[in-house]
Amino acid sequence: MAKIPGLFKGLGVTFGTMVETITNGANTVQYPHAKEIPPVRARGVIALHLDNCTSCMLCVRSCPDWCIYIEAHKELAPPRREGGKPRQVNELDRFDIDYALCMYCGICVDVCPFDALFWSPEYEYSEPRIGDLLHDKAKLGEWMETVPEAPELEVGAEKKGKK
Amino acid sequence: MTSVVFSNIPYWGQSLLRVLGGVVAVLLPAGAIVYLFLFKMMSFMQSRLGPMEAGPYGSMQLFAEVGKWLQKEDLYPDRADRFVFKIAPLIVLSSTFLLVVVVPFGPDAWFTNFEVGVFYAMAVSSVSVLGILMAGWSSANKYSLLGGLRAAGQLIAYELPMVLALVGVVIQAGSMNLQTIVVAQNSGEIFGWSGLGNPYVITQFVGFIVFMIAVQAELTQTPFDMPIAESELVSGYMTEYSGFRFLIFFISEFATAGVFCFIAAVLFLGGWGVPFSWFGWTSIGDIDNWMNVVGPLIMITKMLGLVFFIMWVRFSYPRFREDQLQRFAWKVLIPVSLVNIMATAVLKVAF
Repeated sequence: MAKIPGLFKGLGVTFGTMVETITNGANTVQYPHAKEIPPVRARGVIALHLDNCTSCMLCVRSCPDWCIYIEAHKELAPPRREGGKPRQVNELDRFDIDYALCMYCGICVDVCPFDALFWSPEYEYSEPRIGDLLHDKAKLGEWMETVPEAPELEVGAEKKGKK
Repeated sequence: MTSVVFSNIPYWGQSLLRVLGGVVAVLLPAGAIVYLFLFKMMSFMQSRLGPMEAGPYGSMQLFAEVGKWLQKEDLYPDRADRFVFKIAPLIVLSSTFLLVVVVPFGPDAWFTNFEVGVFYAMAVSSVSVLGILMAGWSSANKYSLLGGLRAAGQLIAYELPMVLALVGVVIQAGSMNLQTIVVAQNSGEIFGWSGLGNPYVITQFVGFIVFMIAVQAELTQTPFDMPIAESELVSGYMTEYSGFRFLIFFISEFATAGVFCFIAAVLFLGGWGVPFSWFGWTSIGDIDNWMNVVGPLIMITKMLGLVFFIMWVRFSYPRFREDQLQRFAWKVLIPVSLVNIMATAVLKVAF
């Protein structure tokens, strides 16, 4: 008997939501016709900044799904200073992320020591064929254009970082 | 008044009309309920829009769904008892068709005019338990079996308060004929005032509430959806069904909701009639022919109003546990309806 007011209150909540939806519209968006803008830091797709990558393989090893594939070879680059020895650099042959496997944990982005991987909020890249979800380095590079500016550092954070 | 139009039609013609009318009376409420309440009202209550693409405001969505189900393969499990498995949904649906037979939609718009209509309706409505039990048993699946047994226990438990709730109406009307009950309500008066007739929802309010709760349980709608219990039993007795046979279960669930609400409208809300005093009618013989057209519309309006409450409760409440469910039937609803019967009988004799 003591529960009866609660029962009516519950009916009131659903009825109120119905009236609210009919008069003010729903909280949802009719997707293909209207789109919501994802938040700036949304985990949509991972972009690759090719020049920063040293093929150190840290992202590959930290990926829980083993969805990143890197192949590279060594090349000689001109020396930094006059008269020096030519430097040895790693040249990327292949950098693929298989989005059919990726679970968007973002560990690769966090672990990258050279700021080569970034989150982009783009999300519309579904494919009819599952094989097309394997994005190669050219496609991952294209996502770089959609990466938003890094947010402002908090006060005091920059100083500590430079040290 | 025997309708002039109807008596000129040969017997086979009348039968054909009744069959067509029966199909319409089962499928039209089912479609309307699914679209209006399951698709739209449920969505609004969850602050979303529901289907919007198929037809204006998604009104053709149901045809798309039916088309999808009809295309699917008619699967049955390897170890299933095939004959029983295949016939079970048809039995569930047939109980709906048998139930709609007694519902009067107008002074002449009825399928059969039983003297014991209430008794027949309550007897026939329990046939669906057999179909559900057959479906659960023959699926060769433990989820189905558990769902079927839960359904049987629940439906039998709630059959009783349902019947007892109607006894009050039968006592008050002095008849089991649904047509007579409609006339009794619309020609009745409340303490000498006949402007509203005497819909039994006022005098039999307790019976009405008990009946609607029992209907909710009979339809296995949400506070009482232990047999389906998708979080525990996949889909209960419907787990192994697909395509066409699942469609039949689906139709029968919502068609039965419609038909039960038709019966509730007849027994408690005055059925197809308007209060006779409005037009100066005194008995069913005076009623004009146009009531045969307006009557069904009034019935559908009342039915949709009642289904609104069933669905509203369905979308608002969580599921009962098995012991709570049985305790509620046996320790609350049945004693309440028994007290209601005694009070009605005493008052009937007193007035």
